[in-house]
Amino acid sequence: MTDLTKLTMTGALEGLAKGEFTSVELTEAHVRAVEASRALNAYITETPDQAIAMSERADAQRAKGEAGPMNGLPIAVKDLFCTAGFQTTAGSHILEGFKPPYESTVTANLWRDGAVMLGKVNLDEFAMGSSNVTSYFGPVISPWSPGVLVQRDAAETDAGFLAEVTAAIRQPRPVQEWQWSRKLVPGGSSGGSAAAVAARCAMAATGTDTGGSIRQPASFVGIVGIKPTYGRCSRWGIVSFASSLDQAGPMTRTVADAALMLGSMCGYDPKDSTSVDMPVPDFKAALTGDIRGLKVGIPKEYRVDGMPAEIEKLWQQGIDWLRAAGAEPVEISLPHTKYALATYYIVAPAECSSNLARYDGVRFGLRVEGGDLKEMYENTRAEGFGAEVKRRIMIGTYVLSAGYYDAYYRKAQQVRTRIAQDFEEAFKLCDVILTPTAPSTAFEIGANMDDPIAMYLNDVFTVPASLAGLPGISVPAGLASDGLPLGLQILGRPFDEATVLKVAGVVESAADFTALPPFVSARY
Amino acid sequence: MSLDKATVAKIAHLARIKVPEADQEHLAGELSNILNFVEQLNEVDTVGVQPMTSVAPHKLRRRPDAVTDGGVRDAVLLNAPETAEGFFVVPKVVE
Amino acid sequence: MTSVIEGTSLIQGETGNWEVVIGLEVHAQVVSNAKLFSGASAQFGAEPNTQVSFVDAAFPGMLPVINEYCVEQAVRTGLGLKAQINLFSVFDRKNYFYADLPSGYQISQFQQPIVGKGEIVLDMPDGSSRTVGVTRLHLEMDAGKSLHDQHPSKTYVDLNRSGVALMEIVSEPDMRSAEEAAAYVRKLRAILRYLGTCDGNMEEGSMRCDVNVSVRRPGGPLGTRTETKNVNSIRYVQMAIEYETRRQIEVLEEGGTIVQETRLWDTTKFVTRSMRSKEEAHDYRYFPDPDLLPLELEQDWVDAIKATLPELPDEKKARFISDYKLSPYDAGVLVAERASAAFYETVAKGRDPKLAANWTMGELFGALNKQGKGIDQSPVSAENLGGLIDLISDNTISGRIAKDVFAEMVETGKPAALIVEEKGLRQVTDTGAIDSAIAGVLAANPDKVADYKGGKEKLFGFFVGQVMKQTQGKANPALVNELLTKKLKE
Repeated sequence: MTDLTKLTMTGALEGLAKGEFTSVELTEAHVRAVEASRALNAYITETPDQAIAMSERADAQRAKGEAGPMNGLPIAVKDLFCTAGFQTTAGSHILEGFKPPYESTVTANLWRDGAVMLGKVNLDEFAMGSSNVTSYFGPVISPWSPGVLVQRDAAETDAGFLAEVTAAIRQPRPVQEWQWSRKLVPGGSSGGSAAAVAARCAMAATGTDTGGSIRQPASFVGIVGIKPTYGRCSRWGIVSFASSLDQAGPMTRTVADAALMLGSMCGYDPKDSTSVDMPVPDFKAALTGDIRGLKVGIPKEYRVDGMPAEIEKLWQQGIDWLRAAGAEPVEISLPHTKYALATYYIVAPAECSSNLARYDGVRFGLRVEGGDLKEMYENTRAEGFGAEVKRRIMIGTYVLSAGYYDAYYRKAQQVRTRIAQDFEEAFKLCDVILTPTAPSTAFEIGANMDDPIAMYLNDVFTVPASLAGLPGISVPAGLASDGLPLGLQILGRPFDEATVLKVAGVVESAADFTALPPFVSARY
Repeated sequence: MSLDKATVAKIAHLARIKVPEADQEHLAGELSNILNFVEQLNEVDTVGVQPMTSVAPHKLRRRPDAVTDGGVRDAVLLNAPETAEGFFVVPKVVE
Repeated sequence: MTSVIEGTSLIQGETGNWEVVIGLEVHAQVVSNAKLFSGASAQFGAEPNTQVSFVDAAFPGMLPVINEYCVEQAVRTGLGLKAQINLFSVFDRKNYFYADLPSGYQISQFQQPIVGKGEIVLDMPDGSSRTVGVTRLHLEMDAGKSLHDQHPSKTYVDLNRSGVALMEIVSEPDMRSAEEAAAYVRKLRAILRYLGTCDGNMEEGSMRCDVNVSVRRPGGPLGTRTETKNVNSIRYVQMAIEYETRRQIEVLEEGGTIVQETRLWDTTKFVTRSMRSKEEAHDYRYFPDPDLLPLELEQDWVDAIKATLPELPDEKKARFISDYKLSPYDAGVLVAERASAAFYETVAKGRDPKLAANWTMGELFGALNKQGKGIDQSPVSAENLGGLIDLISDNTISGRIAKDVFAEMVETGKPAALIVEEKGLRQVTDTGAIDSAIAGVLAANPDKVADYKGGKEKLFGFFVGQVMKQTQGKANPALVNELLTKKLKE
């Protein structure tokens, strides 16, 4: 692994500007890193040829003095963003092989600004999950999983013709292979994005966040992830999960990189009725580090039962850091916090049950034949969707059905109004809110599988802001006693990503998080 | 709230997902657990509270009445499992 | 056996009288260039799937954006129905699976439609009027089209119509006969055409009716209703109601009960029948579409549309009655279409309005009917018809000759005056010429003159006829009468 993969995007831009290396070189280094990281199963589709072609174009643009803000930076794209001519699966069998004839607005914005696509990364099926284990393309393994890199002779396991050939020439073929003592989840649903960025096989990645799908995995793998305000990034061309909650955002290794990439991703899109027509501020300019006099809300309801003491401790650490930087912590109350998860698990499944009706085997994706149209639908959807997706579609179908709408869906949307009002009240007393991102560190693949509710609890701190549409960021703040990263979450007022990023920058400086995942440190 | 097998079968039918009878019992249990979990919302007083329709702060924008799209039949049919003579093709529907 | 009781809308059954209660849901395609939520063309009749965007085909990640003009058209229609315009309305998803519904839901308006209560005044054939309530009007997208006859075991799907804007206009159950229902559809169509919000072309499916019918004992509680879907002509609306009324009365009189169900109008057997495929319980799971926000309108915007509304049939009819002194029936016929009303007004301008009405409704509409043409394809222009009436009024030609001239006008499209000149049809008012014709006729029929003078006064008509014949019909009839009377008295 070369030094180029160690760079942040902000750092790489300087090198590119000074001509220390080209985008082609930077991209090639990352293409090799992608190949070397296949054991993580972070990528569903690698697009090395496209990456090189785009990096050549980026270099040419830079040579002409037309370098965009993301010029030449190789990134990964969550496989929920439609990419013209490149398979887009949403992590589902039902979309396997689907090649959209169009490009999502967010990715188009990134390519416009010169970014380079390394490939499409893994995710929970249709972004439904908190561990990336529901993907049809297999779980993603966190680069933080404890393990050792071992060398063995590939020839020993070759079979058939190849075995005869290797035996004949008696040449050992050494390969490096990871042996994990525990396989940990990278979080989800943007698990492939998180793993790729943490494992240095992408400088950054796009993510999407419906109930925490950017922030929770960012916390699990020790990177930065920001979900902007609902309406900042266009949803056009992103496979929908829950329309009123879905929002795209960047996953990067530093706050400065997040500010850079967010600036490229967002912007008004007339093709999305929920996209907001508002100027995009210069987010990087907001990173002054000056938070003197800023009021930081500490919601008392986030001290949930059973939260590990070290998370509580880290949270206090965060409060202390911000106070030391001149901010003023204030206790606030978000009284309906405890109802956020239940609200979310009605609203999101209801929307998804309708959004996913279009996967019917008629116009794209999988079709499993049946005797008549109805049977074809039922076979296709039974085989095409995984267990979690089916569960959510069925819950959503139930809560919208005749006789239950008022008791479930309408009630949940009323509670959602209450939750949003809680935040409105709170922001009269403070400028940002500081909380832990997740109630635990990463867990083992396979844990929580038999209990959907236990899995849902991962999102307890991230879901309320999603329901209210507020911007939120997760910044790595330290390692827990199990050696795994923990993040702190900063929430802001609607469309005040700038302040959120500024405070995140202060946490980042204070935390000085430099730990590398074993998967990376073993290679450097 | 506890769902029975018949309700699971009804939901599965509405959602057009084939659920073998052998799986209905298990699924009924899982779905019931989730419904029990969300029922805590009944504790919240929502009398007179408007249900949220969108968190977006603006009014619905309207576009001008101009033909700006369509005419892309090949692209529209490109990913379809079955087509003929410019149509999508599905198993026969009997009305 | 059932029969309608004369002078009422009640129906005589085996066991007593019945009353039919009818409500209509009309789906009217909005006149617009592009679809409701996508930029694809809304035009009728294109090659399959050529007017389809990825939004209409519900591709992953595609989102709806509403067409402003379609909203304007719905508001305009609401104003035309004197209805309440809701400044806040909501788009909901109506969820169901069907091959021609790509997204698996139709975007419609359920609890909060854009237009609330309004009314339509029916013009009945006997000249009376009756007011029918409009419950609501909402905007929704059309589905695509399934073709079941292209292949023995396959259904073909064309999404050209998918996403085209429709207005669903729901009436109160205020109608009590098939005739009223027909008058309702006719009037609604007239209003939509006046407003230019729907072309009302039922053959192309741009207007379709769902007919709700129930029967009850007069004054009794409402019966169970059936809904007959997609009836696509006014005649069929009437036939379907008549059939359904008879069927329901027979079922009830035989001790049966009416099942609330969706039925289909069979256009070959002229019966309604139960739609077996739709019998399974529907549960549309309506909820607000999270891809769209509530539709909020400004009162100023609505007022600006109101200011541009054309004069509508009811106002025009009232004006025709008061300004032109027409009967309510004649006025109703003339205003049924905006174009015929305009035609009439051109003809009537500066002329005898009654004469203008007679010629427009009698001769012209008769000729157009015979040729199967609309008023906009009339071979006789309004100016030319006016010219013909002028020639009658100034005695250039007689009413009798005018009919021949009109026939020639229909044939050639030429102005009346030109035909009269070319054919020398100018009325003879020269008393000398008429006198000599009379002298000739009397001289040729001395026996009849004697009979007349002997008391057979009926022979007067014979002499008039002979004189007209002599003058090729051109003699002024009044003058012939006058001179002939004088001559015969001599």
